[in-house]
Amino acid sequence: MLEQHLAVLPIILPLIAAPIALILGRSLLSWGFATLISGLSCFVSWQLLVAALSEGVLSYAVGGWPAPWGIELRVDAANAFVLLAVSAISTLVLIYSKDSIEKEIEKSKHTLFYTAHLLCLAGLTGILITGDAFNLFVFLEISSLATYTLVSLGSDRRCLTAAFRYLVMGTIGATFILIGVGLLYMKTGTLNMLDLASRIHFYESSRTINTGLAFIMVGVSIKLALFPLHMWLPPAYTHAPSAVTAFLASTATKVAVYVMIRFIFTIFGADHVFNEMGMDLILMALAIVAIFKCSYMATVQSNVKTVLAYSSVAQIGYMILGVSLVSVTGLMAGLIHIFNHALMKGALFMAVGAVFYRVGSVDIKAFRGLGKQMPLTMAAFTIAGLSIIGVPLTVGFVSKWYLVTGALEQNNWMIAALVLVGSLLAVVYIGRILEAAYFQKLPEDTDPSTVKEVPWLMLAPMWALVIANIYFGIDTSITTEAASSAAEWLFQNNNVQEVSQ
Amino acid sequence: MNLILDYYNYWIVVFLMMTGFYIVISANNLVKKIVGLNIFQTSVFMLYISMGKVTGGTAPIVVEGVTQYSNPLPHVLILTAIVVGVATTAVGLSLIVRIKRAYGTVEENEFENKDDAI
Repeated sequence: MLEQHLAVLPIILPLIAAPIALILGRSLLSWGFATLISGLSCFVSWQLLVAALSEGVLSYAVGGWPAPWGIELRVDAANAFVLLAVSAISTLVLIYSKDSIEKEIEKSKHTLFYTAHLLCLAGLTGILITGDAFNLFVFLEISSLATYTLVSLGSDRRCLTAAFRYLVMGTIGATFILIGVGLLYMKTGTLNMLDLASRIHFYESSRTINTGLAFIMVGVSIKLALFPLHMWLPPAYTHAPSAVTAFLASTATKVAVYVMIRFIFTIFGADHVFNEMGMDLILMALAIVAIFKCSYMATVQSNVKTVLAYSSVAQIGYMILGVSLVSVTGLMAGLIHIFNHALMKGALFMAVGAVFYRVGSVDIKAFRGLGKQMPLTMAAFTIAGLSIIGVPLTVGFVSKWYLVTGALEQNNWMIAALVLVGSLLAVVYIGRILEAAYFQKLPEDTDPSTVKEVPWLMLAPMWALVIANIYFGIDTSITTEAASSAAEWLFQNNNVQEVSQ
Repeated sequence: MNLILDYYNYWIVVFLMMTGFYIVISANNLVKKIVGLNIFQTSVFMLYISMGKVTGGTAPIVVEGVTQYSNPLPHVLILTAIVVGVATTAVGLSLIVRIKRAYGTVEENEFENKDDAI
């Protein structure tokens, strides 16, 4: 009975749990409840991934209305993979947040935090699973509205202006997607993604469809913070509570990257988007500018959260670069990096949150001497930082390896070289923080006895992610198998010719 | 002339869309920004609603002697989008209330000077 409805559970569980978490009213109770629910949806996602890898696509008709009339949920190798990453990170962040939000969010707002977190999770899983273009917009707005609330829970008043700016940009992005979906519906008369994909080929030269494509790509680019449209991201990540930043940085933008992949490969067809519309060159150029401009911006910031926020925009550049290579290896690199970047940024932001918990600041100066005072936190930060750089034996190396391989397959030496040079900039911005932590002394006005390790409930999820960083860096078979079957599936599905130069 | 008359619904949509978009970008007052955002969203509602119209079709209610109906689906979709728009406006306005409490102003250029740029 329950197995039949497995596909809908990752959405329904957190959606129903959100108001219950609010009604529970007590901070500790709703924390336990939210963590339990998030853990359950993580377990369901794992089951779904196993099922999707062995049986192929799982389809579920919501309310018993068959597609294309009803809303269809579709779980395949590509989205089950991202789904597992999102729900696992959500669970770890919830465990971490119990102590972390004590210092950053007022006591009276704790239950609101858990409610908004669950709503955000429901929205994100909805975006991943749904097979309906309009439904995707609705889930996008559910997760975005929860995100604006989460950002505005920060302790600094600047979080309010950051949340407002995010709200304006995010709404424009979502409305652009709505316009695009409307234009597609106008021409094809359907909203189901597969149905759209089968009909869109008849109208490929239609201006309506291409305008829709343009609107959707710009809208999604705002949501995933592709380079010139990323201005909302650094302030939002800087001023949001650390637990929120850790969650958003490792899930929200990744899900938007997935949406872009889905629209390009499943709906419009890679052949049309890349070969006829030439979108790959635009994406590639923007991705490379993102990598360099934002890595550079990260090296000159003094707030460590801002450093990592700019680094996130640069890392999104790597994902989009993988997509823009238009090959199975490139797409696979993009998908692997979605998963890997979630692991590293989650760990990094959790470590920064731990520093805030003890020191009360995330300025680079606050990190002075912490290597001795908080050895476990800083060791976690170091390993995750090395992963961002792409040092072998960490997951960062695996993503960069496939990205470079993808570029070299097409004899694109330029791209391969640029990826490697981009990593050097990561050495600079991570190195600055490590230098302060390990080679500078604790400021003299600070009492060393107050700066000690954080509670184990904060350390455990942080180290879980760090160990995942190393584990998936050494044993790459799980991630690469899942990503390569997802990438091949996406390519085969619309019989696209790979581009080779 | 036909270009204007035949597609008059699109002209209205584009005019409203650009008006709203311009207000969002140029307005200094946060409440005006939300108003602009609303006009922008409303134009999209009108795009959807007007495309559901079938020439010669009536309201989609089964009546004897009528065979052609307008498409009700875009209208239903827009009901959902309106709800989303209302929720966005509510979140935006409540943020403005808190900004006003924290900074004492809702003019963007005034509160930007009160904090260091990040």
